[in-house]
Amino acid sequence: MDERQSPSPCSSRPSSPRTPPCEMLGSVGIEAVLDQLRIKAMKTGFEFNIMVVGQSGLGKSTMVNTLFKSKVWQSSLPSLELPMPQTLELHSMTHVIEEKGLKLKLTVTDTPGFGDQINNDKCWDPVLSYINQQYEQYLQEELLITRQRHIPDTRVHCCVYFVPPTGHCLRPLDIEFLQRLCRTVNVVPVIARADSLTIEERNAFRSRIQENLKTYCIDVYPQKCFDEDINDRLLNSKIREQIPFAVVGADREHLVNGRCVLGRKTKWGIIEVENMAHCEFLLLRDLLIRSHLQDLKDITHNIHYENYRVLRLNESHQLPRGPGCVNLAPASPGQLICPGPGKVRRRANKDSKEDEG
Amino acid sequence: MASSDEVLKKEHIRSLTMCGHVGFESLPDQLVDRSIQQGFCFNILCVGETGIGKSTLINTLFNTNFEEHESSHFCPSVRLKAQTYELQESNVRLKLTIVNTVGFGDQINKEESYQPIVDYIDDQFEAYLQEELKIKRSLFNYHDSRVHVCLYFIAPTGHSLRTLDLLTMKSLDSKVNIIPLIAKADTISKTELQKFKMKLMSELIISGVQIYQFPTDDDTTSRINTAMNGHLPFAVVGSMDEVPVGNKMVKARQYPWGTVQVENENHCDFVKLREMLICTNMEDLREQTHTRHYELYRRCKLEEMGFSDLGPENKPVSLQETYEAKRHEFYGERQRKEEEMKQMFVQRVKEKEAILKEAERELQAKFEHLKRIHQEERMKLEEKRRALEEEALAFSKKKAASELVQNQSFLASGSIRKDKDRKNSNFM
Repeated sequence: MDERQSPSPCSSRPSSPRTPPCEMLGSVGIEAVLDQLRIKAMKTGFEFNIMVVGQSGLGKSTMVNTLFKSKVWQSSLPSLELPMPQTLELHSMTHVIEEKGLKLKLTVTDTPGFGDQINNDKCWDPVLSYINQQYEQYLQEELLITRQRHIPDTRVHCCVYFVPPTGHCLRPLDIEFLQRLCRTVNVVPVIARADSLTIEERNAFRSRIQENLKTYCIDVYPQKCFDEDINDRLLNSKIREQIPFAVVGADREHLVNGRCVLGRKTKWGIIEVENMAHCEFLLLRDLLIRSHLQDLKDITHNIHYENYRVLRLNESHQLPRGPGCVNLAPASPGQLICPGPGKVRRRANKDSKEDEG
Repeated sequence: MASSDEVLKKEHIRSLTMCGHVGFESLPDQLVDRSIQQGFCFNILCVGETGIGKSTLINTLFNTNFEEHESSHFCPSVRLKAQTYELQESNVRLKLTIVNTVGFGDQINKEESYQPIVDYIDDQFEAYLQEELKIKRSLFNYHDSRVHVCLYFIAPTGHSLRTLDLLTMKSLDSKVNIIPLIAKADTISKTELQKFKMKLMSELIISGVQIYQFPTDDDTTSRINTAMNGHLPFAVVGSMDEVPVGNKMVKARQYPWGTVQVENENHCDFVKLREMLICTNMEDLREQTHTRHYELYRRCKLEEMGFSDLGPENKPVSLQETYEAKRHEFYGERQRKEEEMKQMFVQRVKEKEAILKEAERELQAKFEHLKRIHQEERMKLEEKRRALEEEALAFSKKKAASELVQNQSFLASGSIRKDKDRKNSNFM
């Protein structure tokens, strides 16, 4: 752990620039603190907030159902009687799922109507304002005098962006949206409905998307500048090579070779969702749930939320400060205008080497 | 868990059943991995008089020889000395800070003994609060120096708590988790110890001192914690010296009449203390410090500064609004004061100017007056001089006239004398 003492105004704080490592002559039982942590975690439970963004018909709801193996949304097919949403609305649903005694409070936010209008200009504004609203709520709770013991966390930890499987490259709408969103929230782009692309087309599409992301400086999760040590970097570079994952969602089970698997049945075969040869759904699930969930929450809390907080507190003082501040017009509560690209410097971990970003 | 279901229903959250394995039971592992990466931090404050065995006990607790020399008994006031060490056990890194009270109970007048301790604890809270209120803050990197537990060493008199102990514990109980210990317990016999413990606990309860209670709400630890709660205060003995007992080397204190083994539960409560402090409740101690003591300090401090959640008419007011209002007020005040001072300055300058002008005028008048006098004197002198000159002239005229007359008469008398002289000389 980096030994960094923040300069403190109070002179009686213990300050030792080089803490001497001490030799312990025998075991004391400090390891037991890990078990204590586990017990505490099991008792308080976990929270996870995920947002899915993409045009209608790309399979977002099905994907969420498949990820969490339950009927998160009541009906997966949009009802034909309801008119298409004229504007972008956001729907949020919260569920509690339990596995092996561990409770997870899951909130899924859907964005029906995204990119469906004729004129999609500024269609990212409602999304951004929703995200900022959650930050604002958390900030207000944190600033109270009498705070709650555990502040309810509704901030969006991860935003899964569904790229339509055109096979060519990212569209202008995708680029605009991703550029703006990457600065505020962790974005994981996926290629939706990947069963319409062959493996070669998929790989070509993937490399073109990666090029696009690099050209437009879009930093998707896992961000390179937040890798803390060599292990992280190795693990994350492997993931970065595979981004965006080509996924297929399905919530029906079929019989294949005597086993019951989730899949889509077509005339020419059954696409197995959990088969790595067919699609990369497993990679997405592992990233989101099994290995990087805590990391997503940490980056949201330590980086994105702190950036928002700095912006918000700077703006309320209406004083121009150093290069990190942006002069925003006085905002009505909960609706921050997102600054254009290039104006806000990302405030990463002090220890990170930004040159490598 | 009926209450949590009700809470869920209130928030319109429904429970989902899953029809397959999702895999998030690895979440606690992810959490633990992250904590291992960050490392742990634990701060212990030892309060007790000099020579009661604080350093030895800490050495024994953590099985390490922290470098400490014997403290002097002649300190003029109580000082707090903090030392940070890095311990590592398998893959767990612990940053341990031990704060010792130097000179506690040594002074002749002990009135100021506990204030430095209270101030130290408040200072750590203050530092954390300031970091939290900063605009650009880095809480995940912050070296948390808030005191997590206070080990209070009670002298083994066998009678009761001393006044100093009572006063100190009373002033600390709302700021830190206190675990009282009976130090040097090898000087008390078993029966005396029982009585002493009961007396101490009853005194603490009567005086309303809130010591740390081991948490009993979790099933896994409630049984052992409740049992331990009944053994407080722990009677401890510390020693790093190893003595052969049977066929093993154990930590003990060797006397001519026997050996007191530190890790023998029949001899003292050291093992219980280590178990409770480190193995079972370290995380809870940290949590209590953060959620209870720190929040209390924060609330009091902010209310003292004039912030509150409810403005007049009981409408919720945010910290920022209050802060902004205060800032405006402050700036207004400052402007006003600046104006006032400016006015005062201008006023003073005017007054001084008037005085100076007055003085100048006076000087001028005096100068004129003197000049006039000088002129007059001069004229008088001129006149006198003229008069004198005239007189002199007149005198010289007179003198000339008289000289003429005298010359004439001399000539006349001269010839007579010549004749006389001729006559005289002829005679001779």
